[in-house]
Amino acid sequence: MHIPDGYLSPSTCALLYGTAIPFWYTAFARVKRLMNTRLVPLLAVASAFCFVIMMFNVPLPGGTTGHAVGVGAATVVLGPWASMLSVSIALLIQAVFFGDGGITTFGANSFNMAIVGSLVAHFTYRAVAGRTAVTSSRRVIAAALAGYTAINVAALLTACELGIQPLFFKDASGAPLYAPYALHIAIPAMMLGHLTFAGLAELFVAGGVVADLQRTNPALLGQRSAAGAKEDASPAAASGWKTTRPLWIRLALLMLLTPLGILAAGTAWGEWEAKDFSDAQMRRQITAASGQVAPPSEQPRGLARLSSLWSAPFPKYAPPFVHHPAFGYVMSAMFGCGLILGFFLFMGWMIGKRGSVDSGTSP
Amino acid sequence: MTRAGKNSRGVVERSLASFVDALEHAFYAEELAKKNGLLQKLDPRVKIVAILPLIVIAALARRLWVIAVLFALAVAIALLSSVPLGTLARRVWLGVLTFTGFISFPALFLTPGPAISSLPLLGWTVTAQGLRAAIYLIMRAETAATFSVLLVLCTPWSNVLKALRVLRLPVVLVVVLGMTYRYIFLLLRNAHDMFTSRKSRIVGRLDGPEQRRAATASVGVLMSKTIQLSGDVYLAMRSRGFQGEVYVLDEFRTNWFDWAMLALFITVAFLAFWFGR
Repeated sequence: MHIPDGYLSPSTCALLYGTAIPFWYTAFARVKRLMNTRLVPLLAVASAFCFVIMMFNVPLPGGTTGHAVGVGAATVVLGPWASMLSVSIALLIQAVFFGDGGITTFGANSFNMAIVGSLVAHFTYRAVAGRTAVTSSRRVIAAALAGYTAINVAALLTACELGIQPLFFKDASGAPLYAPYALHIAIPAMMLGHLTFAGLAELFVAGGVVADLQRTNPALLGQRSAAGAKEDASPAAASGWKTTRPLWIRLALLMLLTPLGILAAGTAWGEWEAKDFSDAQMRRQITAASGQVAPPSEQPRGLARLSSLWSAPFPKYAPPFVHHPAFGYVMSAMFGCGLILGFFLFMGWMIGKRGSVDSGTSP
Repeated sequence: MTRAGKNSRGVVERSLASFVDALEHAFYAEELAKKNGLLQKLDPRVKIVAILPLIVIAALARRLWVIAVLFALAVAIALLSSVPLGTLARRVWLGVLTFTGFISFPALFLTPGPAISSLPLLGWTVTAQGLRAAIYLIMRAETAATFSVLLVLCTPWSNVLKALRVLRLPVVLVVVLGMTYRYIFLLLRNAHDMFTSRKSRIVGRLDGPEQRRAATASVGVLMSKTIQLSGDVYLAMRSRGFQGEVYVLDEFRTNWFDWAMLALFITVAFLAFWFGR
C-alpha cells in the first residue's frame, strides 16, 4: 500500500501532491479552529500514535498476521480532519526516516490512505452508526466497516494510480517506465489482498478499539461526537466558507480553466464518434494516434447502434443555444459540478435524516 | 502487509520485534550521523536541496544508463560518508530488491513485446520490454531509496526536520514533526513495556481471537494514553509560557565547502536530467 519511489511518474506524483495540499490546508485550519493552542501537542502525539499502531501485528484468521494503517480507529476517535493530518505526518516520518514509502510518492500515499481513507472512514462510520448511543454495539460494527471500507478504497486508488502508469509512460522501445501493470492486472492484484487479509487487519483494529474504548473509556468516543456536535452547531461551521475556501477557490479556478480543452488538437483517444470512421481526415488522425494501427474500414455496428441510444443534454460540452465554445465549456463545468454537489448534499441530507430518526428511536 | 505465521511466535513477540527494530534503526542512524564523512560535513539544508533533486531525477530519467550512473553516485557518496556498504546492502538494497523484484517478476512475462528467452520448465516467454520494465522499476527504486537513506543516516534527525524549512514548510509543521518524532519513541517504549508485561503474564499459547483481543485492547489503551499525554504535554508547554506561537532556532551556517558541494550536486542533477530525457 505504501507506494515506493520509482513506481509513479513524477507528473503523477506532482498531481497528487497538488490534490493533497488543499485537503491538508483545510484540515489544518479546521483542527486549529477547534483545538486552538492545543493543536501542536495534539497533532504531535496523535501522529506518534498513528505511527506506532502501524507497527502492531494483528492476528488474522488462518494463522497469518497483518499490519493496519489505523485510519479507521484514528478517524473514529480524532475525527476526519485530525486523522487526515496525523496519518499524513506518520506516513511522512515513515517515508523519510524509515524508508517505508517513497518521498516523491508521499503525496500519493497521503492522498490514498490519509485523506481519502479518513473521509471514507468518517462517512461510513456516520452512515452506519447514525446517532446511536456511544456504547451501542452498532458503533463497533460501524467502526469495523469504516476501517475496512477506507482501506479498500485506498487500495483501489493505489491500484488505479499504478495501473495508469503503463498507459502513459513508456520508453522508445515500448517498455513501461514505471509500474508495469495495466489496470486490468493492477486492480485485481491489489484488491485481492486487501479485500481479504489487509482489510481484515483494519476491520479488527477499528472495531476492536471502539469495543475496547466502550468498555474502558467511553468518554473518548463521546468527546469526539461532542466535538462534532459542537462543530455542527457553531455558526462558522454552518457557513462552512472559511475552512473550505481553498477548495472552493480551486474548484472555481478549474471550472474557469475548462476552455483550455478547446486548445488541444484532435480528438481524445478512444472518444471517436461512429461517423468519424467514415471521415478520411479523422481516419488519418485515429491511425496516427493509435501507433499506426488503422481503424476498421467501416464504423463498428455495435457503436453505431448504441450511439443513438442516449443523446447528451450538452453535446460537445455546449448546449445547442450557446454558440461560443469557451462559454459552453464553462457552463458545462458549472452544470457538472452542480450535479455532483447536489448529489452529495442530497446524500448528506439523507444520512442526517436517517441519523435523527435513529436518535429518536434509540433508548 | 500480511505475513504467514508458520513459526510459533505470537502477536506479542512480533510486535515487540517491530518496536525493537524501529528503535535500533533510529539509534544506528544517530551513531552514523556523528561520523566524519562527506555528507556529515554538509549543512543539512544543502543536503536536502542537493539530494531531493537527485531522487526526482532518478524517477524522471528515461534511460537505464543514467539511472545506473545515479546509483553509482549514491554508492560513491555512501563510501565518502563512511556508511558501510554492507549496512546499505542489508538495510536497503536487499529489502528493495526482494520487494520490487517480487512485484516486477510477472512483468517479465506479461509485458507485450518480442520474446527473448523462455523459462526452461514452464515455457513462459520473457519479453524484451518486460525485462526493461523490470530493470527500470528495480533500479529506480534502489537509487531513490539509497539517496533518501543516505540523507537521513548522515544527519541528526532533529536537524533534518529543521532543514525542511528550506522547502518553505510552515514552522508549526516543523515543530509538530519534531515533537512527533520525539513522542514516537515514548509511545514505542510504552507499547514495548505493555507487551513485555503482557508476555510475562501469559502461560501457554493464546488462540487467534484471544490474540486479536489482546492486540486491539493494547491499541485502545495506547489511544487513551495518547489523549491523556497530549493534555499533559499541553499543560507542560503552557507552564513554560507557550501561548500558541512556535519558534525554531535557526543555528545553521553555510561555508564555502557547502556552496561548492551544492554547485557540484546541482550540476550532476542537471546533467542527469539532460541525458536522461
